Amino acid sequence: MTEQLRDAATAGGDVRLTGIGKTYGDFTAVHPLDLTVPQGSFFALLGASGCGKTTTLRMIAGLEEPSCGTVLIGGQDVTALPPYKRPVNTVFQSYALFPHLDIFENVAFGLRRRGRKDVKKQVEEMLDLVELGPLARRKPHQLSGGQQQRVAVARALINHPQVLLLDEPLGALDLKLRRQMQLELKRIQTEVGITFVHVTHDQEEAMTMADTIAVMNGGRVEQLGAPADLYENPATTFVANFLGQSNLIPAEVTGRSGEDLLLSASGVRLSVPRARCATEATRIHLGVRPEKITIAHASETVAEGRNKLSGTVVDSSFIGVSTQYVVRSEGGGEIAVFEQNMERDTRITPGAPVVLHWNPAHSFGLDASQAIDAGTGEEAA
Amino acid sequence: MTTTTEAAPPEVIPLPPTKPRRKLTAYWLLLPGIAWLVVFFAVPMVYQGSTSLQTGSLEQGFRLTWHFATYWDALAEYKWHFVRSFSYAAIATALCLAVGYPLAYTIAFKANRRWRNVILILVIAPFFTSFLIRTLAWKTILSDGGPVVSALNTLHVLGITDAIGLTSGHRVLATPLAVVCGLTYNFLPFMILPLYTSLERIDPRLHEAAGDLYARPFTTFRKVTFPISLPGVVAGTLLTFIPASGDYINAQLLGSPSEQMVGNGIQKQFLNVLDYPTAAALSFILMALILGMVTVYMRKAGTEELV
Repeated sequence: MTEQLRDAATAGGDVRLTGIGKTYGDFTAVHPLDLTVPQGSFFALLGASGCGKTTTLRMIAGLEEPSCGTVLIGGQDVTALPPYKRPVNTVFQSYALFPHLDIFENVAFGLRRRGRKDVKKQVEEMLDLVELGPLARRKPHQLSGGQQQRVAVARALINHPQVLLLDEPLGALDLKLRRQMQLELKRIQTEVGITFVHVTHDQEEAMTMADTIAVMNGGRVEQLGAPADLYENPATTFVANFLGQSNLIPAEVTGRSGEDLLLSASGVRLSVPRARCATEATRIHLGVRPEKITIAHASETVAEGRNKLSGTVVDSSFIGVSTQYVVRSEGGGEIAVFEQNMERDTRITPGAPVVLHWNPAHSFGLDASQAIDAGTGEEAA
Repeated sequence: MTTTTEAAPPEVIPLPPTKPRRKLTAYWLLLPGIAWLVVFFAVPMVYQGSTSLQTGSLEQGFRLTWHFATYWDALAEYKWHFVRSFSYAAIATALCLAVGYPLAYTIAFKANRRWRNVILILVIAPFFTSFLIRTLAWKTILSDGGPVVSALNTLHVLGITDAIGLTSGHRVLATPLAVVCGLTYNFLPFMILPLYTSLERIDPRLHEAAGDLYARPFTTFRKVTFPISLPGVVAGTLLTFIPASGDYINAQLLGSPSEQMVGNGIQKQFLNVLDYPTAAALSFILMALILGMVTVYMRKAGTEELV
């Protein structure tokens, strides 16, 4: 018992899921998974719709009963507790504000249910924090989407939950407002220091806001880590394609030289550091991000020690900060290249012969037994 | 495009008249409804109003004499009919709400899609037979040797209801209880349907949000579900109370002379006594009282914002 109490005291607002899973009849929404969200972190559950991220969040909130496993919040087992007894609050998708109550009463709802004193003062402070003080007596339907969103955050945060759960909170906002609210939420999280668990399908949103991202796919966690780590070292083709964009080139391991694996991709000799290869298999997908590739006209000479691929420009589109090229390589595959607009070579136009080259250390190797197009949104479901 | 100068004006000119025409369209669409109201509501109202102020008899003919005393005489003669009408209707409305709300709630939130339709059809099913037949059926159900009476007798309930005046002589038929039961049964669908409509629109996530904000299920109902469903409660109670106060079939078939409601009085004056002025005056008094009560009720319920 004392151990449990000490655990609870030191653990604070961390969330520990052990072997938690959810099945509906024959359908498995979430395969049993273990997950630890450290106290005070901004944690994102990222994945396409139907990947089980929302179900996972709802199991933490107590809105969904897990089929197996346990949920611990701050060291306390809350698996059997109903939502109204859990030290968590949720910002719902499309907000679920009470339409019959004004903004003030919406925000005061949680405090009133727990019979807290000085409701008025606390609500006013909270409304000031989200800059909605003057709108306190409006009804939710009289507010814009962004304002409603802030009410939803205020309504949850005022209860000082140990963990704040956010279910696609920005999904209903337009792009510009979404960017603004991302920074706003991040600021609030840093200020209050509460653990945030954020569910989103928007990989940019997850990378902007979260300290740690769990990428989910088909009811499983594919990979977990810091945004930069996931981006630079994807462990699966799904993560490589879902988080940003990747070029995946089928290749065969032909040998090794020092710390590098030597590869052959349709006859072209390439290499990748062994440490950046997530598999021992002999058939791999060699991955490289479009912005890591340098594009040069075929007549240019390329320094030794770089991976080289020749090809022909199929398409180029100028998007301001960069130009995006699609290049058909000798092997037949299409490679995307993002080139900063610094010194543009005017010879590189559709139809021009080019050579693509990149530092082998900027590429990664993935097991070729996985679908090469997983997570692109175009894969055969 | 070669005749640009010619083509341009006709394009500009037709635009302004569209607005008035659109307004006119709205009036045209209203016309059948207005005509209906004039022919079947306004004209009979004026006619009845004039009848209520006439004096005379069927043999000698009625003449408009602005005889307002008819109203006072009618009210004096039928005051207990009014009291019974409104109290039976109020009790029946309360019972309808008590029975209808849980049912509407279940249909809206607990039943799956298929059962939802089945239950809704069952709610409407009684309308497939006539009001009269259904009420007559209740006569059999509540009859002295019937299952209800013997069950209530076994449970010694009738002793209690006899004592408080709901029933008398250990029977149900020809007592206030029978009339109230009939009213409740006959007007229940008018309560359930508006309740269901307003409950069905409530986003289930609001329940989750309330639970997430420390409200127990009952508190969620009290603070979220019920207040949001108030427009349905108001609509349902009005749709039940108004026709129930004017009803005379239930009192006639299930009650005795001492359960007569205003509707029975109006019917008697119109069809048996043939005292048309008194019958018309009773109708107007009933209408005025209902209107007054509804106005007060709507003010109290304060649901203008929600509807």
